[in-house]
Amino acid sequence: MTTLKELSRREERFTGGHRLCSGCGAAIVARQVLLAADGPVVIGNATGCLEVGTTIYPYTSWKVPWIHNAFENVAATISGVETAYRVFKEQGKLDKDFHFIAFGGDGGTYDIGLQALSGVLERGHKMLYVCYDNQAYMNTGIQRSGATPKGASTTTAPHGKLIPGKIRRRKDLTAIVAAHHIPYAAQAAPHAFMDLVRKVEKALAADGPSFINILAPCHRGWRHGPEETLEVSRIATNTCFWPLYEIVDDRWKLTYKPRNKLPAEEWMKFQGRFAHLFDGDGHPELVAEIQADVDREWEDLLIRCGELPPRECGDEEEKK
Amino acid sequence: MAKTSVPQIKMPLTGNDAGAYAMKQVNPDVVAAYPITPQTELMQEFAQYVHDGDVDTAFITVESEHSAMSACIGAAAAGARTMTATSANGFALMWEVLYIAASLRLPITMAVVNRALSGPINIHCDHSDSMGARDAGWIQMYAENPQEAYDLWLIGIKAAENHDVLLPAMIMYDGFIISHTMEVVETLPDDAVKDYVGPYKPAYAMLLDEKPFTVGPLDFHDYYFEHKRQEIEGMERAPAALAAAAAEYEKLSGRHYGPVETYRADDADVIMVALGSTAGTARYVVDVLRDQGKSVGLMKLRTFRPFPHGEVTDALGKTKCVVVCDRVASFGAFGSPTFMELRSALYEVAERPLVINYIYGLGGRDTGPDLLEQAFEEGLRVARTGEIEQHVSYLGVR
Ligand SMILES: Cc1ncc(C[n+]2csc(CCOP(=O)(O)OP(=O)(O)O)c2C)c(N)n1
Ligand code: SF4
Ligand SMILES: [Mg+2]
Repeated sequence: MTTLKELSRREERFTGGHRLCSGCGAAIVARQVLLAADGPVVIGNATGCLEVGTTIYPYTSWKVPWIHNAFENVAATISGVETAYRVFKEQGKLDKDFHFIAFGGDGGTYDIGLQALSGVLERGHKMLYVCYDNQAYMNTGIQRSGATPKGASTTTAPHGKLIPGKIRRRKDLTAIVAAHHIPYAAQAAPHAFMDLVRKVEKALAADGPSFINILAPCHRGWRHGPEETLEVSRIATNTCFWPLYEIVDDRWKLTYKPRNKLPAEEWMKFQGRFAHLFDGDGHPELVAEIQADVDREWEDLLIRCGELPPRECGDEEEKK
Repeated sequence: MAKTSVPQIKMPLTGNDAGAYAMKQVNPDVVAAYPITPQTELMQEFAQYVHDGDVDTAFITVESEHSAMSACIGAAAAGARTMTATSANGFALMWEVLYIAASLRLPITMAVVNRALSGPINIHCDHSDSMGARDAGWIQMYAENPQEAYDLWLIGIKAAENHDVLLPAMIMYDGFIISHTMEVVETLPDDAVKDYVGPYKPAYAMLLDEKPFTVGPLDFHDYYFEHKRQEIEGMERAPAALAAAAAEYEKLSGRHYGPVETYRADDADVIMVALGSTAGTARYVVDVLRDQGKSVGLMKLRTFRPFPHGEVTDALGKTKCVVVCDRVASFGAFGSPTFMELRSALYEVAERPLVINYIYGLGGRDTGPDLLEQAFEEGLRVARTGEIEQHVSYLGVR
């Protein structure tokens, strides 16, 4: 495994001076992933903040071959590049080895690009798909997505007099991906830098498609300070709202277990998008529901990772 | 028959067979496709070539047409010769990325097996699918029969990949009427096709290169217009590239392909304009009416994009009445797409002909000689009286 020292000596291939907000989680994620991906690489980028903020013609932040096609098709696009690469190798036209990495936001991955992603995973292209999950359509102005957590206020599911933000749970994309039985899938977060780097290395070494869902705090949408990006990321893992784990050949493994699991409230109170849940009378019932969701999902994950015995059928009923 | 530099191999082929066979002979690097009637057979036949080892193509069996075109774009941007095929709804699902393929100047080629667009859902032929994408930045050519489907695809590849052009090309042939009808097709030997299309040489370094290369950045008001203008200029250079590709092809095959083709039109008072398989029917009707002493002829429009306005005015400028038959409607417009383009092309002609428009054959409605004869008769009446009763009407609808 590459050490921090070695990483620090690597060439920066995602340069500064881009137009993402300062403190943008997506930028940190892109830089970390690219640092971990040693050697020639081709990057695909779905439409979204990361794409828009890094390649305003005639400028580019990418010192690697890079392609943007549209919003929902980065997986399919990179699958085409990877296929051309394989053919050229077979034809003896190319001897260099390349890695292929697709970046999509949560909107471009959980929602509009889910089909293209699923197709790529099923077809077995050797490429890494990175979802940088900032939990809303940020580029178009903080609209709710399938990744937006319950209770969060967004511009299309705002906190209102009748409805307190988003009332549905987010979907579990990493589990959906895992159901494709690919060799490597993981969840990561930018504050856990070396964990993230190690996961990218494993993903790129996998013999087939790989996927990493990376939390990418967006202070514009989440409403925290731009200097608090890594802090909010840390709290997400310590409350078990965003657990870190990996799935290697269908075996689930935790890569981080908080010593003290913090209440979900700590994660929510850190961010303005949940403020209405606590202001005045607030919405204690919703907060309790969110805590129950987090607990249940964490327990499920512990079971999947073999840290807890499997639940027997009917356990739920007995508890009541 | 004209003397050809290579032997012609006669084969009984449907339009889909001919398309798949052309693909096999071209042996592209990457094909990505998704099944839809009436294109499906072509895709299946090509899959068989792949699985029998007859080609070295990597065949991506994508999960949708949107991904088919998206993967083609990725592959083409990596420097691969890339092909695909679709129809109707599949074509519509590609819409967004058709424009992107053209704007990235990627010479992907595609067979569009024409089928009516939903709704209501229908599987039979009309041109509503490809006509809707006439401004997507693709070269568009309509084939009359399996022979043309085969020939035009090869010519299309050469013109699209011409560095003066670098635009994608689509070859249309009528669903079922051509796709599923067997005719004797003269094909070229494998080597001749290989030599004709040559190895694919992208114009500039593509993605699989040392050099960092940003494809598809955000392009605002300060540059977008110039890039679009360059794309338009690429299309403006397409006629010359198509003519050169067709001339070279003619030496091999003896078959001549211009953007328009006329039949007994030189001295005709009435000229019918048609695209695709209907041109064949119209040619028959011209003979019937000529035998009756009626002054009629035909102009088949083969290339719709770039629209051959010069050839159109040359072919039609001296006649009295033009009868434009189009297998597509343009809702709320004054006439169908070909009618609009063609009337505009004729505007500068000093003594321009009168032009009437028939919309026919939507959703695969059979359009036989009797209906075309009816249209010719109205054209003859207009030519005689100089009076148009109705500019736009229908053939064969209740
Ligand atoms: C087909 C299509 N629909 C909608 C849009 C508008 N659009 C562009 S970016 C975006 C949101 C991107 O959200 P996400 O993928 O989460 O990335 P983020 O901006 O949050 O980084 C939307 C809705 C588009 N470009 N294309
Ligand atoms: S809006 Fe959010 S995701 Fe977009 S650049 Fe700013 S911080 Fe990053
Ligand atoms: Mg997002």
